[in-house]
Amino acid sequence: MVLKEQFEIPGGLKKWSYALMAVGVLTLILGVVYLHPFSGGHGEAHGAEAYGATKFWMALMHNSIFWLLVTAASFFFISATTLAQGGWQVAFRRVPEAISGSINILGPITLVILLGYVWLSPDHHIYHWKDVEHVKHDAKLTWKAGFLNPTFYTVLSIAAVGLWIWFRNWYRKNSIAEDLAGKADHSFYWKSLAISAAFLVTYGLTVMSTLPWMWLMSIDAHWFSTMYSWYTFASSWVSGISLMMLFVVFLKNKGYLELVSEEHIHDIGKFMFAFSVFWTYLWFSQYMLIWYSNQPEETEYFIDRIGAGGHGGPFKAIFLLNLIINFLAPLLILMRRGSKRNYTVVTLMAVIIIFGHWLDFYQMITPGPLKELGQESNSLSHFLYSLGISAGFLGLVIFLTAKYLTKASLLPKNHPLIKESIIHHT
Amino acid sequence: MPVKKFVVGCFDDEKTLFPAVKNTRKAGYKIHDLYTPFPIHGLDKAMGLRDTSLHTAGFIYAITGTTTALTFMSWVFTKDWPLNIGGKPHLPLPAFIPIVFELTVLCAAVGMVLTFCYLCQLAPFVKKDHFHLRATDDLMVMPIEITDKTNADEVKAFLQNAGAVEVFEKEAETGWWIGRYDRDRKVFEKEEKTVIA
Repeated sequence: MVLKEQFEIPGGLKKWSYALMAVGVLTLILGVVYLHPFSGGHGEAHGAEAYGATKFWMALMHNSIFWLLVTAASFFFISATTLAQGGWQVAFRRVPEAISGSINILGPITLVILLGYVWLSPDHHIYHWKDVEHVKHDAKLTWKAGFLNPTFYTVLSIAAVGLWIWFRNWYRKNSIAEDLAGKADHSFYWKSLAISAAFLVTYGLTVMSTLPWMWLMSIDAHWFSTMYSWYTFASSWVSGISLMMLFVVFLKNKGYLELVSEEHIHDIGKFMFAFSVFWTYLWFSQYMLIWYSNQPEETEYFIDRIGAGGHGGPFKAIFLLNLIINFLAPLLILMRRGSKRNYTVVTLMAVIIIFGHWLDFYQMITPGPLKELGQESNSLSHFLYSLGISAGFLGLVIFLTAKYLTKASLLPKNHPLIKESIIHHT
Repeated sequence: MPVKKFVVGCFDDEKTLFPAVKNTRKAGYKIHDLYTPFPIHGLDKAMGLRDTSLHTAGFIYAITGTTTALTFMSWVFTKDWPLNIGGKPHLPLPAFIPIVFELTVLCAAVGMVLTFCYLCQLAPFVKKDHFHLRATDDLMVMPIEITDKTNADEVKAFLQNAGAVEVFEKEAETGWWIGRYDRDRKVFEKEEKTVIA
């Protein structure tokens, strides 16, 4: 059997990625023209203009952070399975390798957006800790200022994103070098273990702890939750697995990845199922403790979203929808063995899960700044604006992943565990 | 339970076992069961066994646990004995979830273990015949039932050709009985006419 090891980008995929990116760029341009991203701050900061700037930066931050974390999760998948000396994923490992390549571009884009907001935009409704005058009169923020300040924000963001990209490219280089070396040469395999171990420490110290505090939790700067980073990680991780599933199914349908069978699809499906439940576990652990102890400084986070005392908050519908599509749907639909082996069902679920967690990020980011602005209701226009920007990022991820897929053989054929992967049986 | 006559073939490698199972089924012999020292992937498919229903049973036990916990707690706290606990509502759903979860898991786990034991006929003091002691050590043991229509010698020759390392005839109890192995040594060790291939 001759394997189709070299991926060629199908015309349809190219067209779709260009179209999506065009939508994104168009949305961005509309935003620059109509939302006045560099207005705001003190003085003229009220009314529609200030709201526009906040809305613009919120949409950009929401999507760049979400897609960056989702694509970075692919590299977490590779590292975790490599370090565990897992063999089953080797047959399709080039797919997450390609997806994680997107962070080469998404990382800098995210940094530009975040640092652009922190340093260049006078608006401070998203991160009100960057308003120096305000922090002086705010005891809680003064106390947190050692961590929440523009300089440390910049250093940590650049260091984190830089390290992910560096580790990912090192791993990738090693992986491609393995293809060219002899089958008996296992040094690349042992080296990949070391890279994975080092990356996992970095990842643990960034995505699983400090970065979500800084990038997202600091939007509600007075509030804190020890569950928050894990929760963010779980969200991005389950979406990352779903994205991987979409690409694997796409390549299978195009006749590539001949050695990937229903067994592999089944196991990725199990990951989607398991980590949807894991996300729910973290969601509940965060919600229940705050609900139970009922302390004003903690419950404010949920009051901003679902309202208090029977009065529905602006995000109540999204909050409940979030639970239905991120927990109930995967739980009930992916529970059966047959559905995890069915290409249509897993594709549908992967799309639902990615959209669900995108929505989750939306309701994590938007309510805080809206309250700052005194806007009572969630606005449809902002939701649509965010969706438009998201199309751009999705197109970029598709475009970059396809590009990286063509750069190397789809099968790491000299990997010592490749046989284990081919005969994989769940 | 009936005592039946078997020809037992013992294999020491999966590579010979799989074709042997396939050919035995093709030849129309009735495989009583397969005893292996470790789980072998794909053997159930090779033997033509259907998927287990244990997970369906598990799901039913689980939702039984969920509904029991939810209905009972709701009834107690709203109808039977409403209490004001920390000013929370009488139907505090988030507070119920851990208990609902625990009861779901408990019912599913205990129910599935019991169902599994029932399906495999496992219980304390219940004994079954061992076709070969080394089935728990390093041999894969395949007993073939001898009926009126099968010739034992033919089956023996067939198994030897298929690569069995040890072939013998044995009369064995097919069901279970309650007893003790140390007192039932006769049943337990009734091995005859071992042929070393």
